[in-house]
Amino acid sequence: MHYESELREPLILGDKGYHEITEDVCRPIEGKANKYWWAAFTLACMALLWWIISVSYTLGTGLGVWGLNKTVGWAWDITNFVWWVGIGHAGTLISAILLLFRQKWRLSINRSAEAMTIFAVICAASFIVSHMGRPWVAYWPLPLPNQFGSLWVNFNSPLVWDVFAISTYFSVSLVFWYTGLIPDFAVVRDRAKTKGAKFWYTILSFGWTGTAKNWQRFEEVSLVLAGLSTPLVLSVHSVVSMDFATSLVPGWHTTIFPPYFVAGAIFSGFAMVQTLLIITRKVLNLENYITIYHIDMMNRIILITGSIVGVAYITEFFIAWYSGVEYEQYAFINRATGPYWWAYWSMMTCNVITPQLFWSAKLRTSLFATFFISIFVNIGMWFERFVIIVTSLHRDYVPSSWTMYSPTWVEVGIFIGSLGLFFVPFLLFTRFFPVIAMSELKTIVKSSSSQAKKKGAHHHEH
Amino acid sequence: MSTKIAYGIFDDDDVVMHAIPKLQEKKFKLVDFISPNTINGLDHAMFLKRTRISKEAFMYGITGTSLALLMMWYMNIWDWPMDIGGKPSFALYKNLPAFIPVTFESTVLCAAHGMVITFYLRSKLLPGVEPHVIDVRATDDRFVMAIEVKTDADKDAAHSAMKALGAMYVK
Repeated sequence: MHYESELREPLILGDKGYHEITEDVCRPIEGKANKYWWAAFTLACMALLWWIISVSYTLGTGLGVWGLNKTVGWAWDITNFVWWVGIGHAGTLISAILLLFRQKWRLSINRSAEAMTIFAVICAASFIVSHMGRPWVAYWPLPLPNQFGSLWVNFNSPLVWDVFAISTYFSVSLVFWYTGLIPDFAVVRDRAKTKGAKFWYTILSFGWTGTAKNWQRFEEVSLVLAGLSTPLVLSVHSVVSMDFATSLVPGWHTTIFPPYFVAGAIFSGFAMVQTLLIITRKVLNLENYITIYHIDMMNRIILITGSIVGVAYITEFFIAWYSGVEYEQYAFINRATGPYWWAYWSMMTCNVITPQLFWSAKLRTSLFATFFISIFVNIGMWFERFVIIVTSLHRDYVPSSWTMYSPTWVEVGIFIGSLGLFFVPFLLFTRFFPVIAMSELKTIVKSSSSQAKKKGAHHHEH
Repeated sequence: MSTKIAYGIFDDDDVVMHAIPKLQEKKFKLVDFISPNTINGLDHAMFLKRTRISKEAFMYGITGTSLALLMMWYMNIWDWPMDIGGKPSFALYKNLPAFIPVTFESTVLCAAHGMVITFYLRSKLLPGVEPHVIDVRATDDRFVMAIEVKTDADKDAAHSAMKALGAMYVK
């Protein structure tokens, strides 16, 4: 039996045993949705509808309905793609990297963070497809035999690496998430009171009963998947960054990009986890499981990764000066003082200054402060991608090609709409799926819950 | 010869972990154990063999590595070498640095999916499989011990042994 010091913060508050955990996690699935859920769901559906309209208009008419031009060929599309992929990274970090480091506080948040990953990557992929303009030829980046002579895809190109990276990341995250869900679906199945629920959760739980051999395999599979997902998640944003870094555009052609993008991805992902969980824990009454301690731990990661991102911004500037390359220097001076200075300084304020507030323990443990700072980080990280993409492109080598870029209502619609594409499945997830990995959380009830700690203290007195 | 199973339902994993060696001492054949979560040390107590699934994952992984390299060699080196920006594709080893990302992703893809599919098939986990539920709370907060017995007398003996060791009820 594993004992833990009473001095460590308990990870489960309240007097919770195995059965109470089951009850608390199953309650949202078995009960009816409240009016806040319906309000959020209606809003998300409206956003999704706007997304459908904007995407259909784009695909039906052509990319000319966007604000792109000959100089700025990538703008909101790839900004949103990178933003969503980055958000996804926190889910994998929590479920895989924190598992390898045996951080038990991951257990109450891994399920919803992984759900966030899955839906965020779907949103990211939707931007890849829509920015192609002709999604019916979206299979062209795949290495398929074709009728254009013996022409194959170019495996030296980071755009092809990206196809492999994103599809591997999505599908592996999906099976990792689903495998963890199987024992929890079995819990819901065995408690189901209606015929319909019994039927659906029997299908979803794949016939799981929880025999010793299956649990043994389950643990090994989870561990190996965590081991595989760890380098995978780091590779995904590295490859995304190489889409830029292997080009010859000043402001993109830098070797710092892979670690800088990965840190930024984790930074923005954790901010999104905070935004989502601060609301979810309240609406679903999960305050005893997603505690202030969990919020504090995530804020520390935001502080660390935010600082890495800040150092990366400054390093980029230094290297531009130190390289002695005129074009590189111009790209950076233009970012900070050119016509898009407001985007650059929004990014600097939101990403470099606001997370530094988390040095204060008082702010780190305040829900209100955390929620607002997480929104700031989400905005700042969106601006980071906009700054990297648009300010690097809009001043081309030849001054006659210099342009400005502004989005049309269609691009704004696709972006706002993609929030609907994210929140519709996420809200359905909170209603139909166990939002906390209860069978995994039960493994720490006897060591890390406040109930166990009370018993431990009692034990020492005698 | 038909065999029967005597089940004992417990409500505390510590009691179960205490009961397992005692039952083994009395030569009862523990065939299975159903629990709502993993229990540390259970596989050792039950003398379960270590699963080979991680080794299988490794095999799937190197299959992925080989397939990716073979594919890229065939497409970009052998079938249609392209000279892009004065950087020709004439030999696998020369292009290897550019081929690493796809090789890596393919390794992870095959290792992860191969392992998970093997896990599902080997553990008979598929959509539509009817679960064999002994106690509906065995996925919630109860623990089921299964002992293989040959006769009804053996079954009664197993039942009373489990009761003596703290089972809530037997069946």
